Amino acid sequence: MLLIECPFCGPRAETEFHCGGQAHIVRPSNDVDDTAWESYLFIRNNPKGIHAERWVHNHGCGRWFNALRDTVSDRFLAIYAMGEKPPAIDGLEDGNDKR
Amino acid sequence: MQRYSIVSIARNALTGHRNWQRAWRSPEPKPSYDAVIIGGGGHGLGTAYYLAKEHGLTNIAVLEKGWLGGGNTGRNTTIIRSNYLYDESAALYDHAVKLWEGLSQELNYNTMYSPRGVMMLAHNVHDVQVFKRHIYANRLNGVDNEWLTPEQAKAYCPPLDIRRDARYPVMGAALQRRGGTARHDAVAWGYARGADALGVDIIQNCEVTGIRRDGDKVIGVETMRGYIQAPKVGVVAAGNTTVVMDMAGVRMPLESYPLQALVSEPVKPVFPCVVMSNTVHAYISQSDKGELVIGAGTDQFTSYSQRGGFHIIEHTLEAILELFPVFSRMRMLRQWGGIVDVTPDRSPILAKTPVRGLYVNCGWGTGGFKATPGSAHTFAHTIARDEPHPINAPFTLERFRTGRLIDEAAAAAVAH
Amino acid sequence: MTQSHRLASGGRIDRSKAVRFTFDGHSFDGFAGDTLASALLAHGVHLMGRSFKYHRPRGPIAAGSEEPNALIQLDDGNGRTDPNTRATVIELFAGLRAESQNRWPSLERDVGVINDLFSPMFPAAFYYKTFMWPKSWWESVYEPFIRAAAGLGHAPTMADPDRYAHRHAHCDLLVVGAGPAGLAAALAAGRKGGRVILVDENNALGGSLLNDADGPLEAWLAEVSSELAGLDHVTVLTRTTLTAYYDHNYLTALERITDHTGLVDGKSPRQRLWRIRAGRVVLATGAIERTLVFAGNDRPGVMLASAARTYLHRYAVLVGRTPLIFTNNDSAYRAALDMRAAGTSIAAIVDIRSNPQGALIDAARGDGIRIHTGSVVVGTDGRHRVHQASIARIGADGRLSETLGRPLACDCVLMSGGWNPNVSLFSQGRGRLRFDDALAAFVPDRAMQAVECAGACAGTMTTAGALSEGAEAGGGGIDLPAVEDIVEGPLQPVWAVPSDRTGSRPKAFVDFQNDVTAKDLGIAVREGMVSIEHVKRFTTTGMATDQGKTSNVNALAIVAGQLDAAIPAVGTTTFRPPYTPQTFGAIVGSGRGRLFDPVRKTPMHGWAEANGAVFEDVGNWKRARYFPRPGEDMHGAVQRECMQVRETCGLMDASTLGKIDIQGKDAREFLNRVYTNAWMKLAPGKCRYGLMLRDDGFVFDDGVTACIADDHFHMTTTTGGAPRVLAWLEDLSQTEWPDLEVYFTSVTEQWATMTISGPNAREVLAPLVSEDISTDALPHMAWMEATVAGVKGRIFRISFTGEVSFEVNVPAGYGQSVWEAIVERGKVRELCVYGTETMHVLRAEKGYIIVGQETDGTATPFDLGMDWIVSAKKPDFIGKRGLERPDLKAADRKQLVGLLTKDPDMVLEEGAQVTASDRITIPMPMIGHVTSSYMSSNCGRSIALAMVRGGHALNGRTLHVPQLDGSVVDVTVTGTVFFDIEGARIHG
Repeated sequence: MLLIECPFCGPRAETEFHCGGQAHIVRPSNDVDDTAWESYLFIRNNPKGIHAERWVHNHGCGRWFNALRDTVSDRFLAIYAMGEKPPAIDGLEDGNDKR
Repeated sequence: MQRYSIVSIARNALTGHRNWQRAWRSPEPKPSYDAVIIGGGGHGLGTAYYLAKEHGLTNIAVLEKGWLGGGNTGRNTTIIRSNYLYDESAALYDHAVKLWEGLSQELNYNTMYSPRGVMMLAHNVHDVQVFKRHIYANRLNGVDNEWLTPEQAKAYCPPLDIRRDARYPVMGAALQRRGGTARHDAVAWGYARGADALGVDIIQNCEVTGIRRDGDKVIGVETMRGYIQAPKVGVVAAGNTTVVMDMAGVRMPLESYPLQALVSEPVKPVFPCVVMSNTVHAYISQSDKGELVIGAGTDQFTSYSQRGGFHIIEHTLEAILELFPVFSRMRMLRQWGGIVDVTPDRSPILAKTPVRGLYVNCGWGTGGFKATPGSAHTFAHTIARDEPHPINAPFTLERFRTGRLIDEAAAAAVAH
Repeated sequence: MTQSHRLASGGRIDRSKAVRFTFDGHSFDGFAGDTLASALLAHGVHLMGRSFKYHRPRGPIAAGSEEPNALIQLDDGNGRTDPNTRATVIELFAGLRAESQNRWPSLERDVGVINDLFSPMFPAAFYYKTFMWPKSWWESVYEPFIRAAAGLGHAPTMADPDRYAHRHAHCDLLVVGAGPAGLAAALAAGRKGGRVILVDENNALGGSLLNDADGPLEAWLAEVSSELAGLDHVTVLTRTTLTAYYDHNYLTALERITDHTGLVDGKSPRQRLWRIRAGRVVLATGAIERTLVFAGNDRPGVMLASAARTYLHRYAVLVGRTPLIFTNNDSAYRAALDMRAAGTSIAAIVDIRSNPQGALIDAARGDGIRIHTGSVVVGTDGRHRVHQASIARIGADGRLSETLGRPLACDCVLMSGGWNPNVSLFSQGRGRLRFDDALAAFVPDRAMQAVECAGACAGTMTTAGALSEGAEAGGGGIDLPAVEDIVEGPLQPVWAVPSDRTGSRPKAFVDFQNDVTAKDLGIAVREGMVSIEHVKRFTTTGMATDQGKTSNVNALAIVAGQLDAAIPAVGTTTFRPPYTPQTFGAIVGSGRGRLFDPVRKTPMHGWAEANGAVFEDVGNWKRARYFPRPGEDMHGAVQRECMQVRETCGLMDASTLGKIDIQGKDAREFLNRVYTNAWMKLAPGKCRYGLMLRDDGFVFDDGVTACIADDHFHMTTTTGGAPRVLAWLEDLSQTEWPDLEVYFTSVTEQWATMTISGPNAREVLAPLVSEDISTDALPHMAWMEATVAGVKGRIFRISFTGEVSFEVNVPAGYGQSVWEAIVERGKVRELCVYGTETMHVLRAEKGYIIVGQETDGTATPFDLGMDWIVSAKKPDFIGKRGLERPDLKAADRKQLVGLLTKDPDMVLEEGAQVTASDRITIPMPMIGHVTSSYMSSNCGRSIALAMVRGGHALNGRTLHVPQLDGSVVDVTVTGTVFFDIEGARIHG
């Protein structure tokens, strides 16, 4: 069970949180084509490496935040606010692991 | 291929078992094949077997980054059933069950398919409605599935607790008698041995590091052991599918989650069938060796670590003890995890891709083992003919664009 | 029986407390402090079990939790039965009842031993190669036979009378293992003031010191134990096995509380599972001795040399009187010296090494012990106990040269194949291992979490080294006792000792419990299994209940030898949790029954219970399903309730509906985005029904939302959907539209909600309400603040029955009293209380959908015939774009229709499939399914709703519903409203 650093409450057990999947997905406008809409609905980064994702401390403060996590080690590399860009980490561009 | 039988064992016993042949060769990769399958699990090995056996494609290779059957094939709880709701799913999984029924003889390898019955428990009115819907649909699709009262369910599985005042009382069950289990390793090894005998090169410790394209068609794969030319490439990489498909520049509607399972210490026969409860998340059977085999749920985050949280195990065992309180003193011997690739509608993708010559078989989520022969058989057809078999035709990539989903989970899981 | 092999003095047993117990029905005595194994060995009993496959007689080879052989079924006759329990860790208590396993009719005379005679027919993985003919026999003959033969002990068949507990703990340092390294670590950290937890699986602290302690170390052990016990911030847990090392330094430890007492006071839990989040972990888990793989190495009496020392030092038990020592390293000489000192006559030391040297060898020579160097044991004899061993010389090439003339008489063989640092937990915690050639074992290499290994676990095999490494790992700064370790010479691994005995009978076991021999490993390699994982799975080596603690490295090395590869190239075996098997009960703890999953009850639950309600589970809620009168079944009760609601009036508890209080200046805009219809003009005092879609266009939830003020709304959701709706709204608000100022609060449990519905509803309610609730004052789809039966609340004029309905909301604490007031008042107007089943029928009569029953996650509003609720004007709402996808606009989608059976008394089953043809062929094309179906007394016939492909165009057509018995029911497609089609009653 992971230990997650809630930016509002501090470190808490994973069972207090819900993972909201990939972060930084922009909801497109209605006039995009079906392929773009499919992409918004269903196509996800699924990197073997650093992943930018959303978490909510739903059994705590109820607040959403972003995190960078390595999907191989399951280690958290950064926690940052909703609306913020992912912090610079070696080998990482725009939340995508390019290593 | 050296035939296996009681006679061959007896003959080998006389020579101290020193004359058994290799079940498969360990060839060096050739520079070029007619087709390459990426992924040496049950689905991939089976695909190679049927490509060689039914489509005459024998100049082919299976590339496995680790050891055969080391992924989800060797990590799952081996449940087999075909009582799916939608016509598309029922056809695919029942195709598999029909192949399971003759697989040991087909491969001359005992895959231990054991139709001991899969019983799915209903715990509330909604469950009853959903299972009844399945039963009606299954019957008309020629898939056996029947309704049991709580008392009948208990008679079929004596350790089951059917007290009405239980937290989640058993209100009945749907039973598929042809459902059951099989021996996971034997499936991988049986297909490997069969494919090898037909000339397929099975190459272990050969990780694919790139997929080469010429415009919109595939021309070969880069591997740790050099470049291999191939006009057709089938990707059957389960949890690692997106990693491989990214190499070809094809984005997939997939996410990879940890899925855990556990076994108890072995005991004498105590559990005659397979019991599943989606409502409390419990999946249990007893292996031939005597271990209670228990499936847990997925973790909530994507991961490639092949391990999951202990709270998932804890919740699973809570559910098991809720249904089978007599197992409280049984002990967990071993727990482990796999990586399952999950599509948005929880149904697989068995299809051509936008890249010519590149085919993908993925998205089996938590239930791929049961489909192994059917998946392999229809995927081989898809690769050989460059068009899907009618059975896997609905399992396209395009359905996520058009919205024609095959959403078994939504059909089963929505509570009101 | 007398304790023939117990020394007159010594050991850490309490000789003042004699303990009687039974084994296979025979009565024995031992002492407090004994294990079952030590007590039986004290009586000279080695035979304690039978192996899995060949039913070979087996005795214990170890003295701890690594034991593979001596597995016991404990059974107190009252439901406390535990299969597969290691005799070596069962602490003796008075009245203990132990039975051997996997034998029939008795341990001594087990007919299963016939498998051993036919063992040439059962090589590794034989079952994959046979049992395929005739095909039907697998199911009917072979598999049942295999299953009956497999398994070891028996699963419990009675309810477990014990209870289990959990403890969550956080610490700065967790120390695993209380040997010299662990004690030093805990002491160093403890003195610095950090929160320390020290766990050890034994019943006492000390680890290897319990065998080796001389004067100063014994004193140090006593001092440290008492100092640690006195430190408040240090928790010392004995009888506690660190079972698993998960991510982010989360570990579990199983504390055994009553297992060793036999006392059942009903107060103490049997076991407690600790879940520990540790800042840092020190693993001081010691090392486990390896077996040697030689012919006949499984005969009772053959055991690990270190085990013999443990039985001698801790329990004052001689495992034999004429021990023969077989070793490839110096450590076993200690066993020889100790056994000699205890008065036994050492048959010989057989040392694989041609020229062993060092203090221990000199000491043995000095004691006059015969040492056969460059020699190996090539076979043993004895039926239920070893009585002689054959010795042969072995050359540098690993081949046997000459055989020693006569077998040596002995009554035990004490073997040592070297030591494996106990890296199981380190590996579980993702630590990387490397192979150490000097130790011929895997040692910790790179840690992936905040963990350090100390002492033998780290490959440091001296006590002095363990002490200093432990102290260092704990933060240093403590004085340590001076220890002079005897320097040991190098070991010489011989992984599979050759045998001069021919045929298949002499077996050299690698995995004792699963009966895997060196030869089986050879077969696996011969058949092409090149990965150790394949070999494990093919032969089952390392897969038994001991998880290969004594055998895995042997197996790996033998396979490497067969492949002519380096050991690390074959792979390391994976260590999987738990370290030792862990009871389900302990994992679950108190999470049973009602605590498995909480039950939610409404404020009026007590009233419903008292008035005979039958409940159903909906999500976590208990909802009253119907209220039968004496002699009434569900059908009767529901028919009565349904008629009465429409004839007079009825009252239903609707408190489970999700309720979300929404406030903020942008609340209205927010609603407008999440619902499909228009919300900008809904005035305060008014209510509106809304449908929520997901982004994919499919129906997600529905409910009525009331405008309390311009910036304040009261939303209702489905019962089961409430949590996910709230989560979804929060998600959108925080992450998608953070610019909107809007706040959500779940008020589901703050309000008690009761619906009073029917022609008499107003007459019943009005006298209880201080305000005017006439149609003019409170028309359909309006709400008002009101005082009901003296309680301030809200009344919503909304209806799910098609009748005039008032939904009364009062603060939850007043729910039951207001409810009772309405019931009392209702008596004069024939008010009936009804449950969810009647609610379902009444709404179906009106064609109102239930999300989750009519919809299954793949229905659009258009499929449901609810085009009217989808705004064509709004530029956007959640789901708008999703609805535009090609398949969501296809003509052949399933659409909601009504179905009437030709026979009005025939009630279709929900879930039944609809077909276009009445000629059944398999597979039969299906065009839809029945979603809701009831006998409607108000309509005087059965009614059904169904989702049917292209159904909206099929009105009036005859379709068919095949039954499970093969018959076919004809149905006519109708509209979805069956009662009061013009909808006049709702406004009355």
